[in-house]
Amino acid sequence: MANLSSEFLGIKSPNPFWLASAPPTDKEYNVRRAFDAGWGGVVWKTLGEDGPPIVNVNGPRYGALYGADRRLLGLNNIELITDRPLDLNLQEIKTVKRDYPDRAMIVSIMVPCEEGAWKSILPKVEETGADGIELNFGCPHGMSERGMGAAVGQVPKYIEMVARWCKQNTRMPVIVKLTPNITDIRYPARAALKGGADAVSLINTIASIISVNLDTMSPEPSIDGKGSHGGYCGPAVKPIALNMIAQIGNDIETGGLPISGIGGITNWRDAAEYMSLGCGNVQVCTAAMTYGFKIVEEMKSGMSDWMDEKGYTSVSDFIGSALPNVTEWQHLNLNYVAKAKIDQDSCIKCGRCYAACEDTSHQAISINDDRMFEVINEECVACNLCVDVCPVENCITMEPMKPGELDTRTGKIVLDEYANWTTHPNNSGACVID
Amino acid sequence: MPNTVSSPGVLSGRLPASKVTKNFSDLHEPFRNHEASVAADRCYFCYDAPCITACPTAIDIPLFIRQIQTNTIDAAAKTIFEQNILGGMCARVCPTETLCEESCVREVAEGKPVEIGRLQRFATDSLMKSGIHPFSRENSTGKKIAVIGAGPAGLACAHRLAMYGHDVIIYDSKEKAGGLNEFGIAAYKSTDEFAAKEVEWLLEIGGIDLQLGFELGKNIHLNELVKQFDSVFLGLGLGAVNNLRVNGDDLENVSDAVQFISGLRQSDDLTSLEVGREVLVIGGGMTAVDAAVQSKLLGAETVTIAYRRSKDKMGASTFEQELATSNGVVIRENLNPKSIIGNGKVSSVEFEKTQQTSEGLTSTGEAVMIAADQVLVAIGQALSVDEERLEFVGNKINVSSSGRTSCSGVWAGGDCVSGGEDLTVTAVAQGRDAAEDINLSIMG
Ligand SMILES: Cc1cc2nc3c(=O)[nH]c(=O)nc-3n(C[C@H](O)[C@H](O)[C@H](O)COP(=O)(O)OP(=O)(O)OC[C@H]3O[C@@H](n4cnc5c(N)ncnc54)[C@H](O)[C@@H]3O)c2cc1C
Ligand SMILES: Cc1cc2nc3c(=O)[nH]c(=O)nc-3n(C[C@H](O)[C@H](O)[C@H](O)COP(=O)(O)O)c2cc1C
Ligand code: SF4
Ligand code: SF4
Ligand code: SF4
Repeated sequence: MANLSSEFLGIKSPNPFWLASAPPTDKEYNVRRAFDAGWGGVVWKTLGEDGPPIVNVNGPRYGALYGADRRLLGLNNIELITDRPLDLNLQEIKTVKRDYPDRAMIVSIMVPCEEGAWKSILPKVEETGADGIELNFGCPHGMSERGMGAAVGQVPKYIEMVARWCKQNTRMPVIVKLTPNITDIRYPARAALKGGADAVSLINTIASIISVNLDTMSPEPSIDGKGSHGGYCGPAVKPIALNMIAQIGNDIETGGLPISGIGGITNWRDAAEYMSLGCGNVQVCTAAMTYGFKIVEEMKSGMSDWMDEKGYTSVSDFIGSALPNVTEWQHLNLNYVAKAKIDQDSCIKCGRCYAACEDTSHQAISINDDRMFEVINEECVACNLCVDVCPVENCITMEPMKPGELDTRTGKIVLDEYANWTTHPNNSGACVID
Repeated sequence: MPNTVSSPGVLSGRLPASKVTKNFSDLHEPFRNHEASVAADRCYFCYDAPCITACPTAIDIPLFIRQIQTNTIDAAAKTIFEQNILGGMCARVCPTETLCEESCVREVAEGKPVEIGRLQRFATDSLMKSGIHPFSRENSTGKKIAVIGAGPAGLACAHRLAMYGHDVIIYDSKEKAGGLNEFGIAAYKSTDEFAAKEVEWLLEIGGIDLQLGFELGKNIHLNELVKQFDSVFLGLGLGAVNNLRVNGDDLENVSDAVQFISGLRQSDDLTSLEVGREVLVIGGGMTAVDAAVQSKLLGAETVTIAYRRSKDKMGASTFEQELATSNGVVIRENLNPKSIIGNGKVSSVEFEKTQQTSEGLTSTGEAVMIAADQVLVAIGQALSVDEERLEFVGNKINVSSSGRTSCSGVWAGGDCVSGGEDLTVTAVAQGRDAAEDINLSIMG
């Protein structure tokens, strides 16, 4: 059993699996049960300023995108930050941290963009004994219209300013939670770094309309016939988050800035992928909201078994290992040639690969009278579409060709040496790029 | 001329060897990877899952299926083995249709449960094939425990005790360990010497000394064992079989079904086994069905199960009854055996027809004759141990919920104790729970 213990900004937790700031971490009852179930840490549901608490809608707050069998792939919400009194939250944070000293307790905060507001809340949070704070610059709905959340997160100079206020007014480590609702994630990340933030976490939810009710013509979730854009999360957002994380990790300025990865993490493999791209730990929301706290057991057993198999003794052994392999398109090896291969023993003859390739791609799969499907090497460009649409795992594989073999599509011998677009003869600006 | 299904008498070689091999191959084919992943994807990861409650060993089914979904098969197997070290055998022999799968929410919703049993087999086979034993012993405690009986109850108990670091000696009267896993379970449920392989794999935990040829009441005695050991666990099963006690039960070709099955399980050439042309099985439980189906698979022309009550009272589940009928076995209900007829060898059995009335099961006065050249009796088994120190309920050892007998320092579990169904998985649960209690008691 590999050691899963993790240290992020000096904050120790028995495993790198934290719950993200959201309903699962909204109150003592939930967080205690989460810790009992085995979660390594939590980011408490975002606190607002003292005073009358936020109100939420009293109708549906969520909408869903389903895969087959009603598997939830994406979730959209119009919930705001905590709607419970500040003092109650602070008191609960204190008791839970006292009772679970080995778990990470981070407090998420969103108060107006005025130094006074931050100066007033920070000592109160510090007093709970929490391990750190996360600045919620992310919510795309409700709070942003009030000049908070994504409204701040979309303006790098505000991020820098607030991060600086926080660093000046607390000894707790500061994590800046980034919104993905921006064109280039590196700008807010750089701003956080400039402001002195200790880390960034991402992603918060993505602005979205999940569905429209065609009878009432209302976007969903529908509140009395009207809907508003919400925040999108769940398995479907993982690719967007992974890309942003790699961008920050490979940026000259922000490279090396600690990252807490968030977005669609559902099982050990998702978590390991985030960490391989440089995240020191991960945060989970939708998966816990879909399946309950118990999923952390699979995350722990899965990551531990995989680490044993690979010979990793600590999570730090593989954090960031995939990052150097994230490159730009122009640096990909154009001499690498592969061909799709169908394993006839696994093939169930559904013909999906054929439909995909024949109708929309390169006409590189043949069908015969017995419904046998075969790849035509002369036509196959190795696009991978057939692999992606085949219902049987590993039935179609992408087989790399060996140097010296003849690629019958191009009529050229596969070369051993690496060559990319920057030097390609078809590239008129060959010397300009790079 | 070689024998055929219609050759008269009790004969071997009714079917060609290839057909017999096919007949006795796996009842449920193991899943291939694709099937397993499709089957696993159907699980909803239910909260407080009803399937867990329905499993006597309370395996965390949603967790192990999720581990299959995420392709961590060894972790899935470990989840199973943590609760049920004989999870491999149970995946093959459990009547899942009356246990976990019956209570699966998808059975309720669609009439098609998640195939828990086959997924369990997928995971456990994979780990066992890789030769890994996923547990290790704690440091030795120096405590010694005697386990009598190397069936599922005794093995589960011994394994759990060994994990805690205790030294265990298992005594069994037979020449092979495994209990009914080895001698009783239908051959098409445990193929390819699985029972023996499983015992070998289980013993890899270490700290268990298996002693065969020791029979309680003969060459070992309870009063000595309690002195020599810190605790004793009895997992004796039900050694004796109930007799029919009707005229003619001593005729040739009338035998006990458990004996017949045991002969079959131990045979290394099934075509050499003799079976009648018209086989009649008397009884209504799992043993009756197994004896009937296996007779049919050996090549009997007609096989009839005669049960004294109505079909819905049969111990065999609907699934098993269907397994029998789909193999060509005829099930006849409400037939109470009166006498077995024959001249030296059995030729027919006379029954009286019964009916359920307010006074219980009564005869209708009608007689029914069924021709048979072989009769297999499967009307239940009884405990054969004679130990005055133990308290009994009916003919089974009386135990507390944690397996304590009336005799201090002695625990018992499995078929030999009162309460619980006589199933492999129940025996495993009781053996394991007794081990937990023994551990608490000797370490406390
Ligand atoms: C024909 C048949 C088919 C069955 N099919 C199924 C099935 O498909 N699914 C299912 O779940 N269950 C089935 N069962 C029931 C299942 O096999 C039993 O419930 C289970 O084996 C009980 O385990 P046990 O450890 O209590 O006893 P056993 O398996 O009977 O093991 C008892 C062990 O104790 C030894 N022993 C007995 N007396 C002594 C003594 N005096 N001294 C030393 N050793 C002794 C025996 O040799 C034996 O090894 C079947 C039973 C039979 C008879
Ligand atoms: C209902 C709901 C409420 C949320 N509330 C907050 C919040 O108060 N503060 C915050 O920083 N993020 C909030 N989030 C965003 C999550 O913390 C997380 O960043 C996002 O859901 C992506 O992760 P996931 O795909 O695992 O859900 C919320 C998400 C959901 C679904
Ligand atoms: S999840 Fe609970 S609170 Fe939410 S709508 Fe359903 S019953 Fe109501
Ligand atoms: S999609 Fe896959 S399974 Fe279907 S025909 Fe093509 S190779 Fe076979
Ligand atoms: S009841 Fe069925 S669907 Fe639910 S957890 Fe158990 S196997 Fe899965």
